[in-house]
Amino acid sequence: MSGEPICAEPVPIGSEADQFPIRVRGLKNAFGDHVIHENLDLDVRKGEILGVVGGSGTGKSVLMRSIIGLKIPEEGTIEVLGSQITDARDDDDIDIRCRWGILFQGGALFSTLTVAENVEVPLREFYPEITDELRHEIARYKVLLSGLPAEATSKYPSELSGGMRKRAGLSRALALDPELLFLDEPTAGLDPIGAAGFDQLIRSLQQTLGLTVFLITHDLDTLYEICDRVAVIADKRVIAVGTIPELIATEHPWIKSYFNGPRGRAAKAANERTAAEAANERTAAEAANELTAAQAANQQNAALGTSGHEA
Amino acid sequence: MEGACRVLAALADFPHEVATMRAAADFLIETGAEGSAALVLTGPLLVSSIGAIDRRLRAVDGPISAIDLSRAGRVDTVGAWTAWSLSQRFGAPITGASAEADRLIAAISAVDDNTSPVERPRLPVLLRVPEHVGLVVAGLGQGMLLVLGFLGQVILASGTLLRHPGRFRLRALVHQMELMGVNALAIIALMSFLVGIVIAQQGAVQLRQFGAEIYTVNLVGRLSLRELGILMTAIMVAGRSGSAFAAQLGTMKLTEEIDAMRTIGVSPIEALVIPRLLATMLMMPLLGIYSASIGIIGGAALSALTLGIPFFTFLSRIQEVVPLHDVWVGLIKGPVFGLIVATSGCFQGLQVESDAEEVGTRTTAAVVMAIFMVIVLDAFFAVFFSEIGWG
Repeated sequence: MSGEPICAEPVPIGSEADQFPIRVRGLKNAFGDHVIHENLDLDVRKGEILGVVGGSGTGKSVLMRSIIGLKIPEEGTIEVLGSQITDARDDDDIDIRCRWGILFQGGALFSTLTVAENVEVPLREFYPEITDELRHEIARYKVLLSGLPAEATSKYPSELSGGMRKRAGLSRALALDPELLFLDEPTAGLDPIGAAGFDQLIRSLQQTLGLTVFLITHDLDTLYEICDRVAVIADKRVIAVGTIPELIATEHPWIKSYFNGPRGRAAKAANERTAAEAANERTAAEAANELTAAQAANQQNAALGTSGHEA
Repeated sequence: MEGACRVLAALADFPHEVATMRAAADFLIETGAEGSAALVLTGPLLVSSIGAIDRRLRAVDGPISAIDLSRAGRVDTVGAWTAWSLSQRFGAPITGASAEADRLIAAISAVDDNTSPVERPRLPVLLRVPEHVGLVVAGLGQGMLLVLGFLGQVILASGTLLRHPGRFRLRALVHQMELMGVNALAIIALMSFLVGIVIAQQGAVQLRQFGAEIYTVNLVGRLSLRELGILMTAIMVAGRSGSAFAAQLGTMKLTEEIDAMRTIGVSPIEALVIPRLLATMLMMPLLGIYSASIGIIGGAALSALTLGIPFFTFLSRIQEVVPLHDVWVGLIKGPVFGLIVATSGCFQGLQVESDAEEVGTRTTAAVVMAIFMVIVLDAFFAVFFSEIGWG
């Protein structure tokens, strides 16, 4: 390692690399004779949450590892935020590491550091000029943003529950205010309430911070709740990308059984229910608003009328 | 009027600021008409740029009546945090923030009230040192009890195995014997051969002064069989296998494999500890004799080269000058040293609770404890055997 890691300049706004933070072309991955991906293409649009689904063993995590440069593919090119990942010869060649954040499946927290220190690691690595005071403050609000209580900052990963570890991992992934967030099965192993809370957290962070999210999941509720588009991996490539209604409209047997299976239907029903409730609430709120507006107008009219009368 | 123009000019600059991202963040304090001072942040307020001005910002003295963001470039959460904590510090409102900055500031101020400390509360040094010493002493006492408890568990498990010999894991035993015994043959041979050479050479230099070079044979033979063969082997096995036991069991503890075994009804002591213990106890005397033999061969080789004692004469002299009880001494010490090395390795491994660092410290502790105990017991054995007339 030579000195501090380099951080690339952002690409010009409006360029192709800016519109599509991740572009994968002709990707081939294989372990020995076992081919995982062949001729895989994928574009991720700026500011979207892209869900990646596929059966077990179809290489969702391998795809993510290829995109973030942990696995060198056999063939193909991967461009992330305007930088060619596939050209990198070692980790230091990937100069956009300061602009992405990654949440690994188990959190992958450094077990000998506290949660706050975990969040401070990337800050210390990329921006050593930041004062200790500010770094502590940044770490604290990042931890709080991820929904952990303030006491959690000084705890070690072994003292946290699985869900808290995920949140801590998320706060480390967000440490550098990344543009791009990779999440590997964020809700796996969480209870339904915790999982729903985590979904909402991802959604609100994505909206607040303007993130582009690449999300691997098995959780149909997550797909329905927060994903803008879904990419389906099967037959060693991405067979379809689109919104869930678009996907259901395709005739591919795997996609059909995925979304029309018992779990798929349950998740859809749940989503429709929440949407209907939200709509109800909205109509109610709008009605109330209109009512108040009407009342106000009436009063105003009345006032005007009186004043007019007086005049 | 002039102020408004300046703001307009700043707005016109805004796209330019975005284009040149590495433009530095800065700030200035503008005094308004009524003597009220506004802190104006300029340039991009990002994690990459705030570090440069943070120290100076913290040194700013009040009173400040407003935090002006109208001339700031892009803002991320770090910039938003800085602006918000400044506004908290001076009790001043934030003005001129873009919609994006407003959103970030709202998100941060909703979660963080800037009160809770990040660091664990720490005692002052004067109290921390005695606390640490106390913890170490208490830990030592507790460690003794834990070792006793562990030995008790091993004895109980051995009893169970004696009553139900069918549950004994022969394959695991053979596998461990191969790992800790057979695979160590090469390194032990090299070490013993070199030690044999050194003893012969150094002994010969000293004995030559009395013209008693022939006693080099006694020196090499008795020392190898009685002391050095088994002692060096024990140290090598502690470093090679004791550490491996601790690291293996420690990692299994961390990955909850040991808990899984217990819930399935497999006793970790029976399945993991007893085979390792038994393998070490069986292989140690064999390795000890092997090491002593190679040491003697090393001594014989050196004597043949430099002292003019023929190789086979050296070996037959060994048979004459080394009493049989020297071999017994080595053989008796073997299983005892093996027990110590394997026990400390397995015990320390099973003590791992929390994290990867603990696996490291426990592995170190296993090796240190094993070598220390082996040397203490070796001294004890030396006195004991000479007392019973096996000098």
